[in-house]
Amino acid sequence: MPLSELDLAAIRLTLELASLTTVLLLLVGTPIAWWLARTRSRLKGAIGAVVALPLVLPPTVLGFYLLVTMGPHGPVGQLTQALGLGTLPFTFAGLVVASVFYSLPFVVQPLQNAFEAIGERPLEVASTLRAGPWDTFFTVVLPLARPGFVTAAILGFAHTVGEFGVVLMIGGNIPEKTRTVAVQIFDHVEAMEYTQAHWLSGGMVLFSFLVLLALYSSRRFKAGLS
Amino acid sequence: MSLSLSRLFVALGAGLLACAAQAGEVQVAAAANFTAPMKEIATRFEQETGHKLIASFGPTGGFYSQIRNGAPFEVFLSADDTTPERLEKEGVTVPGSRFTYAIGKLVLWSAKPGYVDDKGEVLQKNAFRHLAIANPKTAPYGAAANQVLAKLGLAEAVRPKLVEGANIGQAHQFVATGNAELGFVALSQVSKDGKLSEGSGWSVPAELYEPIRQDGVILAKGKDNPAARALIDYLKGPEAAEVIKAYGYDL
Repeated sequence: MPLSELDLAAIRLTLELASLTTVLLLLVGTPIAWWLARTRSRLKGAIGAVVALPLVLPPTVLGFYLLVTMGPHGPVGQLTQALGLGTLPFTFAGLVVASVFYSLPFVVQPLQNAFEAIGERPLEVASTLRAGPWDTFFTVVLPLARPGFVTAAILGFAHTVGEFGVVLMIGGNIPEKTRTVAVQIFDHVEAMEYTQAHWLSGGMVLFSFLVLLALYSSRRFKAGLS
Repeated sequence: MSLSLSRLFVALGAGLLACAAQAGEVQVAAAANFTAPMKEIATRFEQETGHKLIASFGPTGGFYSQIRNGAPFEVFLSADDTTPERLEKEGVTVPGSRFTYAIGKLVLWSAKPGYVDDKGEVLQKNAFRHLAIANPKTAPYGAAANQVLAKLGLAEAVRPKLVEGANIGQAHQFVATGNAELGFVALSQVSKDGKLSEGSGWSVPAELYEPIRQDGVILAKGKDNPAARALIDYLKGPEAAEVIKAYGYDL
């Protein structure tokens, strides 16, 4: 077996992180995407830009600010300490919070596109049939936006799996707690353990390719982005 | 017409190359922990010798891979003594050019004043939540920190509290931001003119860890470059020694 115990632990941890992050992102991202798709507010541009920031920011910027704000002297750190949660860096929870920021645009943007593609008409029809807003959302919008949700979930998951810079900066490289596959690969390369680095890196390339292949081959993807 | 033009360019290019060779230029890969002293040394070296020094700073493991893959570095100042030795065995250095340019010193440091006592007893009390170290597998300062903990019989007790930076720079970052109450960092990171510049620290006695030798070497690419040779000579000289010591290294 070319993969060590620690490699397998890193893979397990990465999958846990990506799964939990994806679930949270769908919960957090849906209302944001819905608001962005429907609003006529002047804030739309600004909020959309904030959501898209992780697309262009280097992960070191994100990691640095998370380390400072979630640290004992930062505002988030003060809050989590007051709540008796301690501070978030070096914990799995901290990685989850960071990943939610990091992968936010990958979930919000496909959802927003899907919501916008639905248009006014189905909502108006639902309303003439006396469906309330919640009813409309769950029985009309959600089924119509399904392809968008599939795309969002896959992209959010895959992007979190590939996260490196942020984990490196706030993780502390703790086995089975914060050491993800990307950090484990970095470790191997730095230690000049190229064989192990190859196995894990090759696995990542294959995984990413398969995810994107599935995405680009499905009609749902086109529907989700249209 | 086009022929004579291209000839002109060739002649111009050759002229430029000749100038560059005369002025002397040396391309250096230096360990990240040596950034500050190296910048100061570079300025003095350029003034004194007229050679131009182009320095890159980064992780030793990363430089190793780059050098093996044809990076244009002529002098390599490593964060350890094993990587230059390995490069020497692999035949990509100038034989006999390897030397120790600095010896790193380890300090147990906290950003909080008064947190670390001057005997390091804070470690025994174990009241902290996180102890930052550099990755012991890849960073010599991390390996040294592990040796200290083992010698003090604390390795098991503090294991659940260890947080690892990818390198000594990141370990310092964890402590400086207060996310780790204390950590083992390089004295060169937290001292100025031989004194702690902030926070509190315990300078770990040298008998608790193997010396952190940082070796330099001339790479095969710098074999025929007089500027590379000049830099090595300068690094071994008294002026460089003064700078290196002022930044918290031994010699």
